[in-house]
Amino acid sequence: MFLTFLRNAIRFSTIFLFGSTGETITEKSGHLNLGTPGIMCLGALGGCVGSRIYLNSIGSDPALINGFSAVMTGVIFAMIFAGLGGLLYGFLTITLRCNQNVTGLAITTFGAGATNFFITYVDRTGFNYLAAKYTAPISPASDWFSSIFLSHGVLVYSAIVLALIVAFVMKKTRTGLNLTAIGENPATADAAGINVTGYKYVSCVLGGAVSGLGGLFYIMDYLYGSWEYSIDAMGWLAVALVIFSVWKPNWGILGSILFGALYILPTYAGVNFSIQELVKMVPYAVTIIVLVITSIVNRRESQPPAALGLSYFREER
Amino acid sequence: MSLKTAAAGGNVKHHKEPLFHLVKRTDIATWKKWLIRIVTVAAALLLSGIVCAVLTDGSNFIGFYEQLFRGAFGSTWRIQVLFQSWAILMCISLAVTPAFKMRFWNIGAEGQTLIAALASVTVIMYLGGKVPNAVLILVMLAASILAGAVWGAIPAIFKAQWGTNETLFTLMMNYVATQLVLFSVNAWAKDGSGTLGVLNYGSFDGLFGLEYIQNVVFVTVLTVIVFIYLKFSKHGYELEVVGESVNTAKYIGINVKKVIIRTMIFSGVMCGFAGFLLVGGSPTPTVNGTLVGGRGFTAILVSWLSKFSPVAMVFVTLLVVFLERGSSQAANSMRLGDTAAFEDIVVGLFFLLIIACEFFINYKVKFRKKEGK
Amino acid sequence: MDKTIALELRHITKTFGEVVANKDVNLELYRGEILSLLGENGSGKTTLMNMISGIYFPDEGHILADGKEVVIRSPKDAFALKIGMIHQHFKLVDVFTATDNIILGEHMPPYSVKEEGEKIIAEANGIKPVKGNEKFLWGLKLGLKLTALPFIKLGKKIKFDYLSKSRSARIETIAAKYGFEIDLKKKIYDMSVSEKQTVEIIKVLYRGAEILILDEPTAVLTPQEIDKLFAILRRMRDDGKSIIIITHKLNEVMAISDRVAVLRKGEHIATVNTAETNEKALTEMMVGEKVDLNIDRAEPVDPKDRLTVTDLTVVNRDGIKALDGVSFTARSGEILGIAGIAGSGQRELLESIAGLQKTAGGDIIYFDPAKEDAAVDLMQKTPVEIRDLGVRLSFVPEDRLGMGLVGNMDLVDNMMLRSYQKGHSLFVDRKNPKHLAEDIVGRLHVNTPGVRTPVRRLSGGNVQKVLVGREIAAAPTVLMAAYPVRGLDINSSYMIYRLLNEQKEKGVAVIYVGEDLDVLIELCDRILVLCAGKVSGIVDGRGAKKEEIGLMMTKLHGGENGATEEAL
Repeated sequence: MFLTFLRNAIRFSTIFLFGSTGETITEKSGHLNLGTPGIMCLGALGGCVGSRIYLNSIGSDPALINGFSAVMTGVIFAMIFAGLGGLLYGFLTITLRCNQNVTGLAITTFGAGATNFFITYVDRTGFNYLAAKYTAPISPASDWFSSIFLSHGVLVYSAIVLALIVAFVMKKTRTGLNLTAIGENPATADAAGINVTGYKYVSCVLGGAVSGLGGLFYIMDYLYGSWEYSIDAMGWLAVALVIFSVWKPNWGILGSILFGALYILPTYAGVNFSIQELVKMVPYAVTIIVLVITSIVNRRESQPPAALGLSYFREER
Repeated sequence: MSLKTAAAGGNVKHHKEPLFHLVKRTDIATWKKWLIRIVTVAAALLLSGIVCAVLTDGSNFIGFYEQLFRGAFGSTWRIQVLFQSWAILMCISLAVTPAFKMRFWNIGAEGQTLIAALASVTVIMYLGGKVPNAVLILVMLAASILAGAVWGAIPAIFKAQWGTNETLFTLMMNYVATQLVLFSVNAWAKDGSGTLGVLNYGSFDGLFGLEYIQNVVFVTVLTVIVFIYLKFSKHGYELEVVGESVNTAKYIGINVKKVIIRTMIFSGVMCGFAGFLLVGGSPTPTVNGTLVGGRGFTAILVSWLSKFSPVAMVFVTLLVVFLERGSSQAANSMRLGDTAAFEDIVVGLFFLLIIACEFFINYKVKFRKKEGK
Repeated sequence: MDKTIALELRHITKTFGEVVANKDVNLELYRGEILSLLGENGSGKTTLMNMISGIYFPDEGHILADGKEVVIRSPKDAFALKIGMIHQHFKLVDVFTATDNIILGEHMPPYSVKEEGEKIIAEANGIKPVKGNEKFLWGLKLGLKLTALPFIKLGKKIKFDYLSKSRSARIETIAAKYGFEIDLKKKIYDMSVSEKQTVEIIKVLYRGAEILILDEPTAVLTPQEIDKLFAILRRMRDDGKSIIIITHKLNEVMAISDRVAVLRKGEHIATVNTAETNEKALTEMMVGEKVDLNIDRAEPVDPKDRLTVTDLTVVNRDGIKALDGVSFTARSGEILGIAGIAGSGQRELLESIAGLQKTAGGDIIYFDPAKEDAAVDLMQKTPVEIRDLGVRLSFVPEDRLGMGLVGNMDLVDNMMLRSYQKGHSLFVDRKNPKHLAEDIVGRLHVNTPGVRTPVRRLSGGNVQKVLVGREIAAAPTVLMAAYPVRGLDINSSYMIYRLLNEQKEKGVAVIYVGEDLDVLIELCDRILVLCAGKVSGIVDGRGAKKEEIGLMMTKLHGGENGATEEAL
């Protein structure tokens, strides 16, 4: 029982982890993207479209499905759709300098609407065969260790590896240094000769694309290829996780598992429905507490990027 | 030496000047502003029509607009629904405005409204049928307003005291409220369905002989109050100074913390009132997790696009509600699939375009003068 | 001396909205020289330099580097041309260490696969064998070498991108070469102002700049630090580098530069050799027609103690004493000047009196003339409490649009800042503020389209007139003004001096914080000199020597200091 619980918590955490890693990339450049829930939806839609195209290309014959190309098609399409959402957000907030909060919320409205609407136009027959490729464990669950750590689909490990890579890039490379500088003080980064607009675009598009993988995982792995609209709450949890992990994706791995555990805990705890809902509140409450504590402690390193939410206009006088 | 410099740099392109650069506009003619906005709204409508036409194999381009109007104004009942929706969205938009004017990014209107609705329903659950209806409704009103105020005040207190990021805080508060509603509903729904049916008490619909339009009347009065509050009251002046410059506010002796908390309580109270209208103002009072249905977020967009002016808000809200009702009807009648989702697409498109068009109002694209070379 | 031109500006014009910051400016910079860019505040020096360093883009005109026209669209372009600027407001990332700030934005040394390939081919061709078997091996080797090149480039890229522990090695070399003392692992938010400037200078040197632009570098330095800086600048000049130093201090111009370019109101007036000019001639060029600095100064009439500050101490966020045991008395009918290097505690002093600054100790006593000079304690009072005590204290803060006024509000609403709280009505009264605004516009000749225009659209001088006008309208008994003429043209400045004198003659105790010593000496009855948060002396304005005050500003007096204070 506990084993299954832990295993599912890790599996479920993938949605948050992709979402928050993507959002961290975007926020590091000083852009608070409240469009993340909508962009994660777009990722799910992209995954659907990609999967359909893949199935059509092999004549929808389950026997012909190749695990690698099936998953890759889904990943690529999810990243393209979500990346386009990020690009739209980036264009509006970077080039057109629109208010970030307002733009993000509009993207969430649009992205969620477009996904819910168009996903019904995608024929999802045969998706269960594809989903099996996503969920295929790298090792069968023979003992407790392999059950918890080795029995997941490929995207679960990708999310963790990706979070580690992003954390490494942020902390140990010039690329990360430049990005952090832009989020802290874009005028300084600009004066240092960093291409501020370029970095911001890349971080918005890449951040969107990575977040979109959360949507892909949600529909193809977690829901086994069916569709059920509840991803917006998860999108907001991904945004919360960024704060919870104080803008560090490597901490986000543990945070996402905690969030995942709390999210599914009620169904395992054997409590009634109303208490379940109360337990689901905990991630939000915990995030609020983290937010409050970091602001009270006021340590410079655990603050949001200093220029978060502000547009940068060089000729400002 | 010079050659080496250029080669080493590699980035310097001689004789090539940037095509254009941006200049902040100091002023723009009012007619130009409105022309840009009207063109944008038209473009949004055109795009939605094209989406619709593509989905129906090009057969329904004009039909879309017909359905749009039919959905909004097609019958007396539809007009009533339109104005009901207007009242709620308008109420929440008014609620978020004072805080925004103070540059306090309250994106928790959704939760503030929802928690107030929950408070109303709680009152009905425990007092419904035990006290006269008038008393019940007054208690509901008080409870809603209190709940909204508390929900608004909590992030404000932390913002004032420790500078806690209010955007993220209020965002989280939305979901705390949602979960509390789901918790309560599940606790009350003894049948295990997880939904609360229509409650028998607590509706004041038609109580004043104003069926269907009483919410509209209330909200119109509230619009006037907010307009006066922002423009002519000392509180309104203070919150504007705080929004423009905290340093100035301190310099003239405004207690900034007090103003932040007070304004957020006022915002919360108005959200509370919206929650009260959602429950008591409906002929079928009830509560569920999606009762507010994203209007807390839409209201933020409305308030922002109206430039915090209650007068402009009346029309922007009307336009948004018109688009929602109309596109929902269009999707329904043409069997386009999920109507609520189609609504979101049309409204989302409209918002994105209108947000983008503000750029052309605030900035001027200046092309480099062509010079003889 | 080598007289090749390094940089040339031709007909540069730049406007911000309706304000012309630079108009048709021509300027040349030679290799191996130090050029001073001289001009009053607001004469367009910084704007001009920002166009060279890529922060702004000129509206019209051309920039030539090494005789070729260039487009400097961004600081990146400027770096590529080996132009580096040290801004007055430091451009540093607070959460980074000194090292990371210095290497920020650094580019990888160029590595062209094509060029390297050509090199390898040329080398291989030299030893090309003739025999078949050897020829095949030779070809294979060459092929492999060429295929490896893109990977080598990628490897170099990754290696460069990685922040290795040894990334500070080259910085240490530069720091040692010029004798900078700096802890490279220290975070910027822990640093003092001069440490931050050091980081900025090392940053530009690290980039290998050939043209260095320094924007008022001495404003924040001690005399010893200035000497050190000048020594470094000279060494760099002798190294063949070109240096532009922006300043408005004539003695520094004379001491450091080879040539001087003078800007006035955005226009280039002249460029002269330092050796062939003098301070007087430069001043004339700088201010235009010869200006008599004869500011009227009436004898104080019946001065009474109005405000006494005793042992005032303020500790700032970093735990450093911004004010340390400051004591003085401001008297009615007198202008008390406050002199000091920027950031010596002037702001903290005025804000403590106005109730805006948390104090750590001391006393502030006000003697109320309406109550027969009864003592009122102002320590730790908020602005509202001070007002409620009946203290008529007016304050013209340094930051006009960020503190004194609200830029986006019109003149009427800005007048209301002082008056709106009056009365018990819930609503604001706009009638009286409107009359006041109209009155100020008329009396002080404020150039504005109307009283309903947002103040941010007015020019600096007009903004200041509005602010000072409002503060005087409150009929104060104590008037504090921080840098009230900064950035103002001559006429506006004189109007402000006149207004301050009027107040003095009305019996107001005026406290004037200024930066121009000539003005302080001619305007003020007494001058308090601050140095690093301490009072280094109070001198009589009438007999004061500029050199004497200058000396007090940079170092605290010894034992005789106490005697000076007592005597006054």
